[in-house]
Amino acid sequence: MPNLIALGDYISSSLLEAVQDWHIKNKELTLYTTCQMLPKVLVFLRDNKKCSCKQLMDICGVDYPNREIRFEIVYHLLSLKHNHRVRVVVHTDEKDPIPTVTEIFHSADWWEREVWDMFGIVFKRHPDLRRILTDYNFKGHPLRKDFPLTGYTEVRYDEHQGKVVYEPVKLDQNFRSFDFLSPWEGMTTEMKDNIKQAQKKLIPDENIFEKNSQNEQIKTK
Amino acid sequence: MEKKSKQYNEEIITDTAYKSDKKIQNYTMNFGPQHPAAHGVLRMVMELDGEIIERADPHIGFLHRGTEKLIEHKTYLQALPYFDRLDYVSPMSQEHGFSRAVEQLLNIQVPLKAQYIRVLFSEITRILNHLLNITTYALDVGAMTPFLWGFEQREILMGFYERVSGARLHAAYIRPGGVYRDMPKGLAEDIGEFCNNFPKVLDDIESLLTENRIFKQRTVDIGIMSTDKALSFGFSGPNLRASGVPWDLRKSQPYEVYDKLSFEVPIGKKGDCYDRYLVRMEEMRQSLKLIEQCLNKMPIHGPVMLENCKITPPSRKEMKQSMEAMIHHFKLYTEGYHVPEGQIYSTVESPKGEFGIYLVADGTNRPYRCKIRSPGFASLQAINYLSKGHFLSDTVAILGSLDIVFGEIDR
Repeated sequence: MPNLIALGDYISSSLLEAVQDWHIKNKELTLYTTCQMLPKVLVFLRDNKKCSCKQLMDICGVDYPNREIRFEIVYHLLSLKHNHRVRVVVHTDEKDPIPTVTEIFHSADWWEREVWDMFGIVFKRHPDLRRILTDYNFKGHPLRKDFPLTGYTEVRYDEHQGKVVYEPVKLDQNFRSFDFLSPWEGMTTEMKDNIKQAQKKLIPDENIFEKNSQNEQIKTK
Repeated sequence: MEKKSKQYNEEIITDTAYKSDKKIQNYTMNFGPQHPAAHGVLRMVMELDGEIIERADPHIGFLHRGTEKLIEHKTYLQALPYFDRLDYVSPMSQEHGFSRAVEQLLNIQVPLKAQYIRVLFSEITRILNHLLNITTYALDVGAMTPFLWGFEQREILMGFYERVSGARLHAAYIRPGGVYRDMPKGLAEDIGEFCNNFPKVLDDIESLLTENRIFKQRTVDIGIMSTDKALSFGFSGPNLRASGVPWDLRKSQPYEVYDKLSFEVPIGKKGDCYDRYLVRMEEMRQSLKLIEQCLNKMPIHGPVMLENCKITPPSRKEMKQSMEAMIHHFKLYTEGYHVPEGQIYSTVESPKGEFGIYLVADGTNRPYRCKIRSPGFASLQAINYLSKGHFLSDTVAILGSLDIVFGEIDR
């Protein structure tokens, strides 16, 4: 832990404005940087002797549709020499491209393609930015929160046409999302805003009780 | 293919023999998507110059099931079985990875006995995985017998899986908070007996392969990965160690009880296909050592699941008598538990390398985002680099040596 604090201090003081913010949570060091500064930060982390993060283990996108800047791209670096991990986070939206880091780490190639495929985030000057996991001619970016779980199209083999055909998804039963988040439960550590709103709605309308009691009175009569 | 290559040859003879300024085009060929040596569904578009590979472009994603999207719609416990189905030859290692990520976010400690059982089955899984990899790899380069011998042993190991969890493959045994059940009576003795018999089988397999002239011709100096390149390509696990990097998460960032057990980490010298085979072979022997130590050191009594009714279900007996337990059981299997807001990147040393889970929790009962860092994804990425300049038939050896399973790559 103290090593990580020292490391975070060292990186932020060496890179100054390139690192906007950094913190340590769950024993992990996270650095926040901007799109323009990203290659500079990664090169520093790779080549600096105190960091020497020679491996880029993972690139991952996270979608927060409610935020003003929608996407978060997370880079996980590992140093075998010092045995520490560093996480670098960049924010972007659909329009702003991120500079590619394929020239810095070979492994970035496919992970950037995956992020493009899943979230539709463009990587500037990527040598080969094609879809990677989804079908040929697939439309949409499935890991965005507004993409439905069932997707839009389904495929089947058509006997008459003798080929695989694409059709809009038809479900015999709609996908049921069971939301077990009960707003009055003490299991949650802190209430979410949407739960609070839902709770407000649940406060019983006094008129309903009056109406019910009136009805009952009528019945008893 | 034969016919086409003939045409191609004729073309060269008729056209280029007389017109020396005519440009010779490389030949583009399709490998897969259904090919026994591709270990699943891999399509590779290859550019060949004669029989030499100029460029290999793997098209992956034929087994994409949207696991990460599905997990976002499940509770933490419901998400667990998806991990068995990622890399379907080493299921428990991946459950372990996910369970550890959830435990770290919940900030809970697993009971000691459960830790031993986890390590025990992680190592059984390692043998299970390496047996499949080495024997099918040998099959790809022409050796049939190791495959038959190896699968006999895998059958025994899957029997252990079945006895402990009820399923031969998709175990769902290692869960957040510990393991599902204690080991049944007699299992420890049977695993011990397996440990006595297995080295003989390993010796037999090795006697067929290690000094075999044909096997060595197919693997030595094929697909060499230098240390620097291996690091840059994000290699991990046996593939990285074969390139001469002594890095093993079990040693360097020990989890569970690995720091209480003694084992060695084999490394290769050259980083070719043969080294990757040797490293895996030695890892199986080390795994056996670990299994034996686990069996000896494991506490006889004690819980195998965290006793926290808000996270782990009550025992069946308790449920029949206590109303509280009944309510907890109901709540856990409908709503599930809530994981506090936060992010974690948690790793385990799976048989194929570093299996990482980047879990983003938003305080509800479902993961907000769960990114699976599969080791095979990074390894397969290097296939273009590794196969360049080699013969077409060497791709099969390289693919086999990288230990590719598409369940985890396509996700």
